[in-house]
Amino acid sequence: MVSFLKFESLKKEFGNFVAVSDMSLGVERGEFISLLGPSGCGKTTTLQMVAGLLTPTSGRIMLDGKDITNTAPNKRGLGIVFQSYALFPHMTATENVAFGLEMRGVGKADRLARANAALEQVRLAQFAERYPKDMSGGQRQRVALARALVIEPPVLLLDEPLSNLDAKLREEMRIELRLLQQDIGVTTILVTHDQEEALSMSDRIVVMQRGEVSQIAAPLDLYERPTNTFVSDFVGKTNLLSGHVSAPNKVSVNGTAIDVDTASAGVGSQVTLSVRPEKLRLSDDATSQEVRIDAAIFLGSSWLYRVTGEMGELFITQPNTGSAGYSNGDIAHLSWPAGSITLFEDAVS
Amino acid sequence: MSAASPRTTPYLLTAPGVLFFVALLGFPMVMTFVLSLHSYDFNTGIQSDWTLANYADVLGDSYFHKIFGRTFGLGLLVTLICVLIGVPEAYVLSRLSSGWRSVFLLVVLGPLLISVVVRTLGWALFFGGNGILTMTAQALGFGDEPVSLMFTFAGMTIALVHVLVPFMVISVWASLQKIDPQSEDAGLSLGASKFTVLRRITLPQAMPGILSGSIIVFALTASAFATPAIIGGRRMKVVATAAYDEYLSTLNWPLGATIAVLLLLANIVIILSFNKVIEQRYAKVFE
Repeated sequence: MVSFLKFESLKKEFGNFVAVSDMSLGVERGEFISLLGPSGCGKTTTLQMVAGLLTPTSGRIMLDGKDITNTAPNKRGLGIVFQSYALFPHMTATENVAFGLEMRGVGKADRLARANAALEQVRLAQFAERYPKDMSGGQRQRVALARALVIEPPVLLLDEPLSNLDAKLREEMRIELRLLQQDIGVTTILVTHDQEEALSMSDRIVVMQRGEVSQIAAPLDLYERPTNTFVSDFVGKTNLLSGHVSAPNKVSVNGTAIDVDTASAGVGSQVTLSVRPEKLRLSDDATSQEVRIDAAIFLGSSWLYRVTGEMGELFITQPNTGSAGYSNGDIAHLSWPAGSITLFEDAVS
Repeated sequence: MSAASPRTTPYLLTAPGVLFFVALLGFPMVMTFVLSLHSYDFNTGIQSDWTLANYADVLGDSYFHKIFGRTFGLGLLVTLICVLIGVPEAYVLSRLSSGWRSVFLLVVLGPLLISVVVRTLGWALFFGGNGILTMTAQALGFGDEPVSLMFTFAGMTIALVHVLVPFMVISVWASLQKIDPQSEDAGLSLGASKFTVLRRITLPQAMPGILSGSIIVFALTASAFATPAIIGGRRMKVVATAAYDEYLSTLNWPLGATIAVLLLLANIVIILSFNKVIEQRYAKVFE
């Protein structure tokens, strides 16, 4: 099956700097894809190539079976929400939203009606006549969204759309944006450096690092089964432990033997183990290894502990069950369910 | 200073500046205004009476009407041409890479480093009856008559535009710098052509700069002295040169002062009302 939007070996170089190298990806109709990575990983460059604001050095972009690699941005008809929102400051919210319709030759009465309907969709009907200057960050963001959606684009591109909002509003907008996207069914590409944002909104996440795709997976898969240390460290929090395979299915970390599926890693090879803080358990069960609590931080819904044991320093989160947690200097015992440790054959990056 | 209360500190700190302006700007202006209220006799000089006769003279004389009309006509024309030249120039400047931008910014601002008198004398050499303009016209076969723009309205306009275009460029450039470049990308992504983006997105956002540049250029043209004096001479008098002639040729200082006061008043009225229109139009849009 041919994907709705397809990148074929996309490459972008700026002089000697390779911003994106050999990126291939198929996006299905209606899918929500996130490009996730630290700054400078090439995610924004990729988005700008899709938008037509940058021309790829090589490779192709196919939309609905048509090659749009060299199509001018104003002929692509894609909806874009920019990081700065890029509203037109000299136009009211309605005029901003109606601009794209005007460019498509929609009559005045019709485009005003559609612009107002779009503003209603993002719950801004009462702000229709305001100028961007008189709106809050969240309101501007929603005007930008309405402006991008009103032209009924085949693909919606979101460039860090929530990064300028405060934390609480950001979480609300995540839900709102995702519901709206599913409601309309528009194919969406989100660029973000915020792993929580990517995990909470996407159908699939493309993790990028230094211009290359590190892993493509659905959020849960990506979190539970990262394929390299970069992804496991960047997506969510994790403890990375260096060790070597001492025997089949045994890895020695600081002299402590740990049971883990060593898969293809041969005896004697250097490996990295990754274990999520929330997978580790602290208890008073004296049969497991002993750790000392170095720091205990109460986060409301959970406790975050930094502990030191035979394996070195570890971060552990435990849900808050209403009773007092451990205190600094306490001794506890560490355990984890089978299968919660992931082994990578690469070194810590 | 330790005795100064927090309330008097601001006054003490601004006192040197205030004194400077009072002594060097306020005092001469008041003197000029007082002078304009005295009458003048060609045999006995400035009288000690108080009269508005000078104002009646200037306001009622078609000779002065023509000079005031010419001055503000010149101001409007120079402003218009500066907009037509300066706005595209600033736009191109804002699109250059930073290296080239520094070079061209220097080229644009370079003329400001040369005295306006020297520059205008340069134009005089160019415009004169046996100047480069004439030689070029004759070489191209436009006839043997000398082509002179000296002592013409066109000559003054060209020379003033040359002097004042940098002010327009700086003003427009400053407002172009404030535009979010993504708003142009947004225009493109919504289906606007590059020209439409320029006309509907970029230009309206540069409008405050164009308007404030216009105020600067208009005010400087209306009160310009050196260029009209050299290029326009006695044949093409503007208000500033007329005031100068009253002072130094006719020696009728009160009349000269009256002309100067009226020029100041007219300039203030025009600029303040223009400014008010701009504020009403843009205060709600731009911060």
